[in-house]
Amino acid sequence: MKNVSKIIPCYAADTSGVCSALYEFGGMIAVHDASGCNSTYSTHDEPRWYDMKSKIYISALTEMDAVLGNDRKLIDDICSAAQKLSPEFIALCGSPMPMMTGVDFDALAEEIRRRTGIKTIPLHTNGMHSYLTGAGEAFLSLAKCFAGECSQTNGQGVNILGATPLDFALNGSVESIKKWLADEGFTVVSCFGMGSDLTEISQAATAAVNLVISYSGFPAAEYMKDKFGIPYVCGVPVGRTFSERLARSLRTAAGGGKCVYPCAERSDSPSELCIIGESVFAGSLAAALSADFGISAQVICPLDTEGFLLAENDLRLASEEDIENALAQISPKAVISDPLYKYIFPRGTELYALPHYAFSGRCFAKSIPNLINRNLKELL
Amino acid sequence: MIRTLGSTDENTLGIRLADAQYPTPFKSGLEYNPPARGVWNIVHTGMLVPQAHQIFVCAQGCLRGVILTAAEMNALDRMSWVSVEENDMFDGTMERDIIDGVTEILGKLTYKPRAVLLFLSCIHLFAGCDFGVILDELRVRFPNIDFADCYMTPTMRKSITPDAKMRIQLYDMLRPLPINKRSVSIIGNDRPTDESSELMKILRTNGFTVYDITLCGDYDEYLKTAESGLYITYLPAAKLSGERLASRFGGEHLHLPAYFDFDLIEENYKQLCERLGVSAHGFSEEKSLAENRLKSALSVIGDTPIAVDFTAVTLPFGLAELLCKYGFNVRYIFSDVILPDDRNAFERLAESRPDIMLYSAVNTEMEFFEPESGKILAIGQKAAFYCQTDYFVDIVANGGYYGFSGIAKTADLMVRAFTEPKDRREVIRHKGWGLCCNAQLN
Repeated sequence: MKNVSKIIPCYAADTSGVCSALYEFGGMIAVHDASGCNSTYSTHDEPRWYDMKSKIYISALTEMDAVLGNDRKLIDDICSAAQKLSPEFIALCGSPMPMMTGVDFDALAEEIRRRTGIKTIPLHTNGMHSYLTGAGEAFLSLAKCFAGECSQTNGQGVNILGATPLDFALNGSVESIKKWLADEGFTVVSCFGMGSDLTEISQAATAAVNLVISYSGFPAAEYMKDKFGIPYVCGVPVGRTFSERLARSLRTAAGGGKCVYPCAERSDSPSELCIIGESVFAGSLAAALSADFGISAQVICPLDTEGFLLAENDLRLASEEDIENALAQISPKAVISDPLYKYIFPRGTELYALPHYAFSGRCFAKSIPNLINRNLKELL
Repeated sequence: MIRTLGSTDENTLGIRLADAQYPTPFKSGLEYNPPARGVWNIVHTGMLVPQAHQIFVCAQGCLRGVILTAAEMNALDRMSWVSVEENDMFDGTMERDIIDGVTEILGKLTYKPRAVLLFLSCIHLFAGCDFGVILDELRVRFPNIDFADCYMTPTMRKSITPDAKMRIQLYDMLRPLPINKRSVSIIGNDRPTDESSELMKILRTNGFTVYDITLCGDYDEYLKTAESGLYITYLPAAKLSGERLASRFGGEHLHLPAYFDFDLIEENYKQLCERLGVSAHGFSEEKSLAENRLKSALSVIGDTPIAVDFTAVTLPFGLAELLCKYGFNVRYIFSDVILPDDRNAFERLAESRPDIMLYSAVNTEMEFFEPESGKILAIGQKAAFYCQTDYFVDIVANGGYYGFSGIAKTADLMVRAFTEPKDRREVIRHKGWGLCCNAQLN
């Protein structure tokens, strides 16, 4: 069955994606939930608690409020907390129970906005989708609400879209991406998710090009392409040669206005190596291995993505059973993946561990390498 | 006084004990989840059943927490899951999907569990899922496996809590056995009771066989719990479980709250001895030991402010009252509810020490607390977190301590905590106190 897992974990859910994406912007995020989502998020999906505070709360939904459809309490509680905490904005998202009771988050957000005078963003999560969906909607909302039209443009300006600790652990990766951009002559206008504030987000429309570093950045990239005419490039600067190619793609896109997907531009030669992971990162890593070492790798993407973000031979497989069967069929010599996938490898398959916070949480947090613009030998 | 940051008004946060209302002193609202993880959850508790496998059926957002709980305690091989999506709830296949999913999982396992704890979630209850049909079918398909219906239902805040429900279902696989009057069970604990406690000494020295799920070596030993003539509980969340077992199997139930009041502790032991039919000796020696340790602790700790939270001990007002009686400077209590077993202590303390401040552990503004300057001794992880002190007693659920010896040992722990600071950040992030933690915490 597609929704059954004997042993491997599941990825972080959409609610965690929302919270992770909006963590650093001074807003107040209310998850309409009894307790499970927030506990999971704050324990397993959020490594920033100790070094940076954020106003992320649950509604503490009860069975009586669920059965009786008591939205009034939620609205009153959010307004009361907002009055005391004065957040930059309010974001409201859901969990499985509100989905069952049909909570209208758009209506709730509008009423909260009217009562508080604070910009209020409804986000349509239900705890049943991946973190990429939630973070993607959150970044899109940030762009819609805070990135205004700008008369001036920065010809070297780049927005980084899709940065959350779920995909880019607190190991300096995002800082390395910024440094790499600066070294390549770009100016970072904003970084959606990590290391920016709302002032920087408000300048996002001045950028010449957007760099999408995970699928969570894709909806905001599409929006800014349509709204502001900013093209985007999908890829993460891993390894040396691929990073150079990515920089060239950014310059070309900034000059010509065309979106490109370097993470998917790979040969389809036979492979003895599989990479399991998020599409933009895994695709970039595969491209980098090919460019630096001539190693061909096949990506298995268990998460939301678009077909054009994958190469022809890549696979989109979500369930444990499908991934296990695919690996058995491919019979790769080695797999680059989170270590918790090892349980479903064919016997004798070697693991090159690349822990993914969105999958194994804190289990291997200290072992997540920073691969940005570096020689990939340390991974292999 | 503890101060707050930002625009919040500190007066709205804490309540003077004299102004606090039993049983829920604080208005409900949005809640904050402090990153202190020592308290056990239903996954940890379920793992106590030897040779059992847990299967969770719920949405991805809920699944992740339970799976990674198992991963961090190095027990992924005892946990599987079936995820639920929107259409599963509405297409009429809810029960069938669960049966098929569990069947597939059990068919793939490389070992044969003796029991399966099958967890459904809030949305299943809300959708009217027929758990009975599911279990009936699974019992037919797997006659050699015992199945227990378990619940991950955090929405059930106004009725029985998931924690209390879990402690009931933990014993669901038991079947009637001839009652053995010389067997006693301690029910609903997630850590063994200290063997040097008077409670255990009474049971051991009088030759009773003691069953405790935390001590069971295998499933067969777990099953013997049902032969008990007496079911003892002392944790509030275990009381219903004890009542249920006595009702199911015909033994007696005795709830002996983990009091800190000397007279009540002695009364507990009298009741226990009466039920066991053994003589109750006086406890003057044990009382003296507890008193001496408290006095000794006071000589070290002096008037250092003390904060107590509800995760360290089940009756925090009782502990606070005891400490005040012996001269300690208890200034802060962190608890959102006052339990019935703690009510009298709360009311006496509110009269004798009206200025002790009571704080919610989940209030949204608590995240922005800034503690007073100077050294604070905390008892419990949440108190340590909010008071930002590395001087803290690191226990949850009484730490397995009980009675006079428990008081003596808690006093010793206070001295150690006062003199030996801990790495607070590192310690309190470990999920499930006392369990192995595989996580590489930053």
